[in-house]
Amino acid sequence: MSVPLGYYLTLGAVLFAIGLCGALTRKNAIAVLMSIEIMFNAAILNFVVFWHYLHNGALTGQVFALFAVAVAAAESAIGLALVIAVYRHYRSVNVDDMRTLKG
Amino acid sequence: MNELVRQQWLIPALPLLAAAIQSLLPRRARKLSAGICLTAMGASCLLALRAFIGTLGHQEAARAVWNFTWFEYGTTRLQLGFLLDPLTAAMAAMVAFVGFWIFVNATGYMAEDANFTRFFCFLSLFAAAMLGLVVSNNLLMLFICWELVGLCSYLLIGFWYFKPSAAAAMKKAFITTRIGDVGFFLGLLLLYWQAGTLNLYDDGQGALEQAGKLAGIPGWYGGSMATTIAVLLFIGAMGKSAQFPLHVWLPDAMEGPTPVSALIHAATMVAAGVFLVGRMFALFAADASGVALNLVMWVGCFTALFSATIAVAQFDIKRVLAYSTCSQLGFMMTALGAGGLSAGQFHLLTHAFFKALLFLGSGCVIIGTHHEQDMRRMGGLKKYMPITFWCYLVGMLALAGIPPFAGFFSKDEVLLVTFQRSKTVWALLTIAAFLTAFYMTRQMFMVFAGQWRGAHAGHEPGHGHDHEHGGHEPREVPWNMWLPIAVLSVLAAGLGFFGGWYGHYLGVHEEVHHGKHLVMSLSVVVAAVGILLGWLLYGRRTMASAEDPDPLAAKLGALFTWLNRKWYVDEFYDATIIRATMALGELWRLFDKAVIDGFLHAMAWTAWGVSQAVRWVGDEFFINGGFDAVCESVRLSGREFARLQSGRIQGYLRILCLGTVILLVIWYLT
Repeated sequence: MSVPLGYYLTLGAVLFAIGLCGALTRKNAIAVLMSIEIMFNAAILNFVVFWHYLHNGALTGQVFALFAVAVAAAESAIGLALVIAVYRHYRSVNVDDMRTLKG
Repeated sequence: MNELVRQQWLIPALPLLAAAIQSLLPRRARKLSAGICLTAMGASCLLALRAFIGTLGHQEAARAVWNFTWFEYGTTRLQLGFLLDPLTAAMAAMVAFVGFWIFVNATGYMAEDANFTRFFCFLSLFAAAMLGLVVSNNLLMLFICWELVGLCSYLLIGFWYFKPSAAAAMKKAFITTRIGDVGFFLGLLLLYWQAGTLNLYDDGQGALEQAGKLAGIPGWYGGSMATTIAVLLFIGAMGKSAQFPLHVWLPDAMEGPTPVSALIHAATMVAAGVFLVGRMFALFAADASGVALNLVMWVGCFTALFSATIAVAQFDIKRVLAYSTCSQLGFMMTALGAGGLSAGQFHLLTHAFFKALLFLGSGCVIIGTHHEQDMRRMGGLKKYMPITFWCYLVGMLALAGIPPFAGFFSKDEVLLVTFQRSKTVWALLTIAAFLTAFYMTRQMFMVFAGQWRGAHAGHEPGHGHDHEHGGHEPREVPWNMWLPIAVLSVLAAGLGFFGGWYGHYLGVHEEVHHGKHLVMSLSVVVAAVGILLGWLLYGRRTMASAEDPDPLAAKLGALFTWLNRKWYVDEFYDATIIRATMALGELWRLFDKAVIDGFLHAMAWTAWGVSQAVRWVGDEFFINGGFDAVCESVRLSGREFARLQSGRIQGYLRILCLGTVILLVIWYLT
């Protein structure tokens, strides 16, 4: 592999920033969820890259990344279920409409 | 061939790329969307044909494989790979070719649908997955594509998801096939455990090349390991290919748009189960006991006969074809189970052409009659839709098994092969062939003969006053809908002559048959009798109006209702499996309420009791008096701070991010 480590880290950072922007600005709860997934993937990417460049040969990095993918899948399932529950209650998936916890 | 196999990946990759582009197109970009899809599919069709031509001209069955490592996992390497051999090449060429023409037809069928681009996105994704399934040299990759085609089937059956029946059908299809897939997956795990690889061919190390070794290892329930794995894989194939008892999803899948029914639920995806059995044939046949093959044969034979009886009593034009598909898939399975690899696979190929033709034809009928699917409200369409009629006739004759159409030759080979193996199975299949000829004749007469019985019946043709908006009379469909069925009907008519050649091409040398003439003449007689009977019941005196009773219903009485209700299999599943599952769910709900909630409530009451005691002793007496003043001030400040708590989750997140950034900056500076 001749691609330097920095490229991957930059890609990871860019992915994270895109996800963060989405999570901060999108009003649709599903879009927010998707943005969080992007951030998740940026983190996983860093895992795999660091594993590959710094600890190649050990299984941990890869296993951890696979676990993270599985956990992310479970998390998005829960998230979607929550969105559905919220939608049934509010008839909306706009995050700004969910303000019951307002002080 | 070695260069060709390295380009096999392009065949599924092109439609996949098209699907990716589609998913980003706006909904109004219909022309662009159709253009991209057709280009990708056409190119992939040409590539598949090139690969097919590349496999010709070899003395023995030629095979080229290209394995590569997907990822390494410690010392384990997961490999994927592509394969080019006669079975793959012919199947890929068929899928790409039929797929291309179905795409063309779909541009007409879906022309007025608002979600045109979404439809073509799914359709391309399906084509990519199906082609990937065919060209892969690895069961893992095959399984991934297998699940992908299942997903696309789910998405496309429910394409009109706002119809409750379509939404129910999509779930039913997904769950039913998933039951089979569990078997497939277990088979995969077992195979990987025993053979150490999921590659089909790998220089003597592949799973299929170890079939002999697997036959020597003891497996489950007294069979050999090869039998166990084969049976598990066959359960997956049963789900996908709609074999009894997992057939229930296929007829309901007709809720999807008709090109989907033609592509997925007639020509390609449902044939994937048959293809899988053919692909893994070495494993099925490895054990001398023949348990796996016998199972395949009997399940196939029963499905062939069972579905044919149901098809006789259906009124929906697509449901007749759907049950016919189940039945024909049963024929293929029977042939494979009887040891006729080339017969089964050849029937798969010819069936794909004529069944796609019939389905697209029924799509033309549905469009031509302005979304009418009930055959009782059709009739007389020969006059209104001549091109569709002639093409449909070719498909019907091919399916009924009239020489010289393709279905005759392939069905004849199937019957011949089963005749060698078991006379009982052969007799049952011959009855199914008779029913096939009968129900297709019934359909032809109900749809195309007699008088138009639909809306505004009785008008003179050509006198509709709102022709531009598509009057209420049936009319011929545009060229992009009839051209595909015309092309397919040429193949459905002519492909049969390649049957003998195909067996040789696959490298299968089945011994010289005895009883060839008996079987062949009997199958023609049976088909002719079926058609004759169909004419006697439906053709001599056609139905005059949509309310007329079905002539067969009068003859059969309660039996007709039994067949019309599909042997009550759905009702049976409802009463047993589904009700049992619901009861189990209810049981767990009660458990949750009584035990888990009960425990929590007991905890809560205890805590409440303790807190009551503390309240009277400590709180009211000591604390309240002294702290009321403090509380008042806290309350006031709290009211001020509460303004910060806007309830807007993203506001919190922004502040959180801001804080993090500030901390980072501080950390960086110090």
